[in-house]
Amino acid sequence: METILSLKNLDKKYGAVHAVNNLSFDILKGNVYGILGPNGSGKSTTLGIILNVVNRTSGEFSWFNGKLTTHEALKKVGAIIERPNFYPYMTATQNLALICKIKGISTEKIDEKLTTVNLFERRHSKFSTFSLGMKQRLAIASALLNDPEILILDEPTNGLDPQGIHEIRQIIKTIAANGTTILLASHLLDEVEKVCSHVIVIRKGIKLYSGRVDEMTASNGLLELKVDEKEDELIQLLENHEAIGKITKDHETLIATLKKEISSAEINTYLFNKGFVLSHLVKRKPSLEQQFLDLTNSN
Amino acid sequence: MLRLLTIEFHKLKYNKASKILIIIYFGLLTSIALIAAIKFEFGNFKLHLADAGIFNFPYIWHFNTYIAAILKFFLLLVIVSMMSNEYSYKTLKQNLIDGLSKKEFILSKFYTVIAFAFVSTIFVFLVSLVLGMVYSDYNELAIIFSDLDYLLAFFIKLVGFFSFGLFLGILVKRSAFAVGAMFVWLIIESMFKGYLYWTFNGAENTGEKVDAVMQFLPLESMTNLIKEPFSRLGAVRSAANTMGETFTKSYAVEFTTILIVSFWTFAFIYLSFALLKKRDL
Repeated sequence: METILSLKNLDKKYGAVHAVNNLSFDILKGNVYGILGPNGSGKSTTLGIILNVVNRTSGEFSWFNGKLTTHEALKKVGAIIERPNFYPYMTATQNLALICKIKGISTEKIDEKLTTVNLFERRHSKFSTFSLGMKQRLAIASALLNDPEILILDEPTNGLDPQGIHEIRQIIKTIAANGTTILLASHLLDEVEKVCSHVIVIRKGIKLYSGRVDEMTASNGLLELKVDEKEDELIQLLENHEAIGKITKDHETLIATLKKEISSAEINTYLFNKGFVLSHLVKRKPSLEQQFLDLTNSN
Repeated sequence: MLRLLTIEFHKLKYNKASKILIIIYFGLLTSIALIAAIKFEFGNFKLHLADAGIFNFPYIWHFNTYIAAILKFFLLLVIVSMMSNEYSYKTLKQNLIDGLSKKEFILSKFYTVIAFAFVSTIFVFLVSLVLGMVYSDYNELAIIFSDLDYLLAFFIKLVGFFSFGLFLGILVKRSAFAVGAMFVWLIIESMFKGYLYWTFNGAENTGEKVDAVMQFLPLESMTNLIKEPFSRLGAVRSAANTMGETFTKSYAVEFTTILIVSFWTFAFIYLSFALLKKRDL
């Protein structure tokens, strides 16, 4: 598959702060990537470097296998960083026309893209009169103007109300469904879980994981159990079982992490034979949130 | 180059404040012609400026470029704000992300500066030509088109001055502070001049020695490009002669001054680029 972006040993220091530490990963065409990390983990700095607005301390990155210089490559990229930045005294259409001039493309797609983000009716309003949600949608329209090879979004739903968040996510999903490569930075896990096929987890500038979302931890899943009586004895019994690792208690529910593959029927039979009757038993994959917390805590 | 100019023009076109300042500036340039209407009468003493010879070719080139250069402050505001606005709107970052390189960004501003200076020069040329045609005592072609180096000096002066403004706009990122910084720099140059006078006080030719050093400073060199034209005026000169004063000053545009200002222009633009390149946005 075609490599769109490749980072090699990227490093950025702000004085004593090591914002990005020896970061390497590749972005392949057609996938939807999420960069996950807590606030201040170096997500925006990484995006700033590849977008030519932050200077790297050391390391390399190349767009489209190094076939294009960074600023030429950026004409084929659509990107939104943090807050939407436009000229407040220009209307939506005028702002987009300026971006067309910078990217060296024709202005004919402006109306189409404004329609995609539901701003067509307001196209002649000045940017300064827009709400944050509208500004963010205009930013997405501007990023789509050149039908980009890759769309880079940094915290696209930050600061929006639930309605706005929903609208932006709908738009992102539509774009992803068209086969556009997306790189989405966020600290909102459900956002990444809903949209992304691949994920890169970073903390304090260090890469903890990169790969498919569903292979993030080598986990065999979890069991949720509930009994009405003899709970302590159940915990003891489970702890001695060869397939079960750690057991934690969440309110009334016991959560057992599996070391080995075991079906819920097997465990149910086993416990019933030992004299325990469960009132609740669920086997499931860990949520992205749990995987993320496991990763960031254990490293 | 044309692409960069149209990008910058697009940004200016919709900005009301800039548009008004530009219109005022060119309006004032045209109104130089109004000087022709100035008439004083004190009893016997009559002064009609148009008749005093200020619109005679080739003196008019010197006089009008000097007067027109005073108006450059209106355009300075436009130029400083077109730079600092990019910081306050954070559109500089967006421009770079959209695929403008840092070099192109600086060049688009510099080309605009050149365009402004060029249009101003053409404007002054046309206004002076018309005024001269109407009021000048000499209308021979050879005289009309002599001393045109004042127009070149005017152009170089504006480009240098606006480049200084661009640099300060990038350096301090706020238009009001950038204009203030230019004022502070003017005070620093003046204080330095005072200090030089004080140092060379005992020596002969104090003034010459001070000028020999001062000519290398940016604002002083821009001032030197077009020297004040008033003492050159025939009427003033004859008045001075009767009082026993003689002027031996050279009013010509000097090549070294053009070199010095060109050097500063290059330095300001290059420093702007270096500053932008080094900064994280």
